[in-house]
Amino acid sequence: MSDVHEAVTRAHREQWARVVASLTRRFGDLDVAEEAAAEAFATAVERWPAEGVPANPGAWLTLTANRRAIDRIRRESKRDDKQMQARLMDDDTPHEPLGAIDDERLRLIFTCCHPALATEARIALTLRLVGGLSMVEISRAFLVPEATMGQRITRAKAKIKAARIPYRVPAAEDLPARVSGVLAVLFLVFNEGYLATGPGTDPVRADLTAEAIRLARLIRALLPEDGEVAGLLALMLLTEARRPARVSRSGELVPLHEQDRGAWDRALIAEGHRLVRERLATGVAPGRYQILAAINAVHTYAREARDTDWSQIVALYDQLVSLDPSPVVALNRAIAVAELDGPEVALAAVDRLGARLAGYHALHATRAELLRRMGRSQEARAAYDAAIELAGNTAESAYLTRRRDQLG
Amino acid sequence: MHYLFSVIYDRTDLATPEEMTAIDAFNDRLQAEGHWVFAGGLGAPATATVIDNRGAEPVVTDGPYVESKEHIAGFWIIEAPDLDVALKLATEASGHCNRKVEVRPFLSE
Repeated sequence: MSDVHEAVTRAHREQWARVVASLTRRFGDLDVAEEAAAEAFATAVERWPAEGVPANPGAWLTLTANRRAIDRIRRESKRDDKQMQARLMDDDTPHEPLGAIDDERLRLIFTCCHPALATEARIALTLRLVGGLSMVEISRAFLVPEATMGQRITRAKAKIKAARIPYRVPAAEDLPARVSGVLAVLFLVFNEGYLATGPGTDPVRADLTAEAIRLARLIRALLPEDGEVAGLLALMLLTEARRPARVSRSGELVPLHEQDRGAWDRALIAEGHRLVRERLATGVAPGRYQILAAINAVHTYAREARDTDWSQIVALYDQLVSLDPSPVVALNRAIAVAELDGPEVALAAVDRLGARLAGYHALHATRAELLRRMGRSQEARAAYDAAIELAGNTAESAYLTRRRDQLG
Repeated sequence: MHYLFSVIYDRTDLATPEEMTAIDAFNDRLQAEGHWVFAGGLGAPATATVIDNRGAEPVVTDGPYVESKEHIAGFWIIEAPDLDVALKLATEASGHCNRKVEVRPFLSE
């Protein structure tokens, strides 16, 4: 019984996007594809316990979903539409080899992440249609009411249909620009999982980080030459590797230098390092994700926090600043500078960012730690207060509160 | 599939000779490539008149239906197989006429 349950769960994880993608191609309608896929999985839950798990769950699910889609279209009385009728009668598409089916999934990802859709809609659609997450899960992850998330998805699907957003992988010349949008969506999903916001949420949502990594792996398999795809995957793997050490038993965030490095996932680190080395070997100038991955590689190479090669990290941040001169990057660079040149130099840099990052909790948390190291307790306490007020992650608030209360 | 490209502008001056030349060349290309349906420039918002004949008597109002900083200065109606093609053409259109362009699909079916 539990074997069957596990088989359904695994089929859902592995086959959901394939089923949706293949039905979208055949029927040209995301709603039909999604609803039929959901019905096929519901049928599997009903029948597999009695009939046994089919030898090829993917084929079984696709076939069942196809039949459900045809039933649905017939019910909606599109009988007169000759074209639709023809599509219902014979599916002359040859059975596709695995590669082509993966390509279908890629089409689905690019459709969900089309630049004509708002970012929130792109994230929601990707999680729903490619990741197979339920509306409840998606709305919980992004802390919006289920109805709001439902509307977002409905509106995005309606725009795809009405404006005829194509179901295709963009042409080669458009690919780099469009891939970056897809990567941005995956990175947002990952970050939301890694530093989940909201008082009632788990501080870490492993389901979201796992989903972002799974989708990045998929894109990596399809676009193996793309440096930023490799970079983002490496960045996520090296970050995910530290997850087991990141929140203490009491639910408090554990900063990098206090983490139990023995608890880090060595396999993920090895894979991340391999990707970073592979990109370095190409000699091609790295993009944002590749540099962030390299920074994380330096952190994860160090056996102890004190062995960290801070000069290399600052050099990498310098490279990142030249690509992305945003105040958040400058703040992270300042944190590294504190380790190399001392807290005074870093604080001067952080204070220059104060006006632009006044509402960002990390600015105040950084100031608090620097002031503490300089013995300026009074000011440090005020900075901790500001950071606690702005922090959205429960584990981070707990950590900052303890640090503040330790001040003499 | 037809798309409406609305040319959005926040002043009332007409296209410069350079912009006109660029627009003409773009229109020629739209025709040669089979995207052309129709296009035209519009008079300034001050030249608009709004009629409301939903009530007992028609009401005629001088001026546009909404006062806003930006208005529609002209438009294209183009034929394109999907939004990607339409967006590519709209990107060029915006460059040639040197104004913002809104893309909207006509209802199909």
